[in-house]
Amino acid sequence: MSKITIPLGPQHPALKEPENFMLVLEGEQISGATVNLGYNHRGMEKAAEERTYIQDLYLLERVCGICSHSHTTCYITNVEELAKCETPKRALAIRTLVAELERVHSHLLWLGVAGYEMGFETLFMYTWRDREQVLDCLELISGNRVHYSINTIGGVRRDITAEQKAEVLKRIDYLAERTSYYIKLATEEATVLARTQNVGKLPYDVAIERGAIGPTARASGVARDVRKDEPYLLYSELDFKLITADSCDVFGRLVVRALELVESYKMIRQVLNNLPEGPIAVKVPMRIPAGEAVNRYEAPRGEDIHYLKSNGTDKPERVKVRAPTLANLQSVAYMLEGGWLADVPLVIAAIDPCMSCTDRAVVWDPKKGRKQTYGWEDLRKLAIEQYRRRGVDFTRL
Amino acid sequence: MEAIIPLAKIILFPGFLFLAVYGLFLQWVDRKLCAVMQNRMGPPWFQPAADFIKLLAKEVIVPDAADAAMFRVLPFFAMAAVMTALVAIPVGSSALFSFQGDLVAVIYLLTVPTVTFFLAGWSSTSPYATVGSMRVLTQLFAYEVPLMLALIGPAILAGSWNISEIAAFFSSHPALIPAQLLGFAAALIALQGKLERLPFDIPHAKNEIVGGQFTEYSGRLLDFFLLAVDMELVVGAALLNAVFLGGALGLTGAAAIAVFLAKTLVITFLLALLKVLMARIRIEQMINFCWKYLAPIAMAQVVCDILLKAKIG
Repeated sequence: MSKITIPLGPQHPALKEPENFMLVLEGEQISGATVNLGYNHRGMEKAAEERTYIQDLYLLERVCGICSHSHTTCYITNVEELAKCETPKRALAIRTLVAELERVHSHLLWLGVAGYEMGFETLFMYTWRDREQVLDCLELISGNRVHYSINTIGGVRRDITAEQKAEVLKRIDYLAERTSYYIKLATEEATVLARTQNVGKLPYDVAIERGAIGPTARASGVARDVRKDEPYLLYSELDFKLITADSCDVFGRLVVRALELVESYKMIRQVLNNLPEGPIAVKVPMRIPAGEAVNRYEAPRGEDIHYLKSNGTDKPERVKVRAPTLANLQSVAYMLEGGWLADVPLVIAAIDPCMSCTDRAVVWDPKKGRKQTYGWEDLRKLAIEQYRRRGVDFTRL
Repeated sequence: MEAIIPLAKIILFPGFLFLAVYGLFLQWVDRKLCAVMQNRMGPPWFQPAADFIKLLAKEVIVPDAADAAMFRVLPFFAMAAVMTALVAIPVGSSALFSFQGDLVAVIYLLTVPTVTFFLAGWSSTSPYATVGSMRVLTQLFAYEVPLMLALIGPAILAGSWNISEIAAFFSSHPALIPAQLLGFAAALIALQGKLERLPFDIPHAKNEIVGGQFTEYSGRLLDFFLLAVDMELVVGAALLNAVFLGGALGLTGAAAIAVFLAKTLVITFLLALLKVLMARIRIEQMINFCWKYLAPIAMAQVVCDILLKAKIG
């Protein structure tokens, strides 16, 4: 049978954000796949250099619509580290609480998207209805459903009252009950099993080699979670399990996320029942002392890395964001090859991609004032140039 | 006058107009039922009609690379085939025209829309439509045989290839209707595949290949294709009703039509239930399922009917 190449994206019903996958098909099977990024670059890192630290907080929150708290928390940890400020324990607890609520909302959203991509619309409708509960919790605590803006430099903006605590606990109980139903549904429904088992295989070695992170890696048996490896916020004091699966397929990713929901409920209850007393924020000067800081954070989709360089003024000199999707995308091409066309949306969705967090493509040279997009050829030429100056010749490679 | 009455029947009731209106109504019932089962509001009753009128007003775009004449004529072919099929199926107490062997003719006529879907996708020449049309044809080979086998069982039992006579046979032997349960279930699932509804909406699975075979269709041409699918639901439900459930159950006049409406609504409910219960399966899983399970079930029904026939004499 002759090969046909079909484009999946940048505009496609399965993709919520613009990205492109070129699929080479032999009948219904995929013999090759390439991932193309760069349709959604927003220049946020550059914009962050033009704003003050506190303004950046609201800018970086908009890096991602789902893990907004992850990005601000990671960034703010850097700022507080440079400012050498002692963040109150109660503020850390509230940040942990919002972080876990965010994970619940993100994982429930993912479960719905996965249901939708495998054509199980009922699962999609059910999970998204229940997701409203956790969004209501977030609104109750922070005043906002999506961009919570609970963080501020030196602490958090709002305290948690006893009524809020009771309300959140009530809703978490309801969600825990619903989640056990979804776990049962996802692990017993024959068509779900048929669509997820042995689909999008990512063996342990390949997951390591391609640097997969978050639930994608954990579903391949890689026990890697920043919350355990390098605890931040209050995670060192919380009792939770690191969930892994060794089926290495979409089913494993589904199970890992579903079980992580249960762990998150556990953590939310622990935090709420042991809220430390004290202030929720301390004053931090506008000017941050010069220095560099790097921090890691386990976002719902995986490890988020923020780098911050300060020059002693009230604006950062450089902000660098490495969103989790960028790390996981390397595995997608591997997972797609040899699979079925019908599984493509599900395999892509299984890493829980967030393209707008990831995209960066344009190089801007402020000295010459010109913009340039680097293609593969240009990058190769640059790399060869660079190494030749060091005395290594890669021309013939 | 002699010629006008059949013509009026073909155009008004139970012909084109009834089929179109009832098709749109069943589309609404289906959408509303799914919505309620999925915890949603669902559309108001006039939504299918509004959609139909809106699409009529939209521009028709024919791709440059497509065979323009074929591209334009196919939706009407699909609709005409479905409408012709209804002529032999009893809606009230009797069919418009019935003849020995009309069961085979109806099966054949119901295959025509599927073939037009394939040609529609193929003549569009776009990648998604091409993949979609390949899937249409692959899927046809999966469900068509179980559907035919399932329909043959009652025909053997009734000793007739005439749909109206099969219905009349079951009306006079209602005790034999429960014995057709296996065949009915197989036919229902195969019909779901024929109508390309979840979990068998593989040819136009929107997350995978956008609009599938209809990707390049727009405006009134798409509208008539969609109407043909709605009509196919009515005709499919009417066929199952006549062959498996005894048609009008010996009633006449308005009562017969009421029974027809009630039973087709029940069949629509069952089809909607299938739609919300499952995830879409892959094309190769569908072929496996149809040949490994569905066809043997239908075959078991045929064997069972042959034995029953021998017993009744």
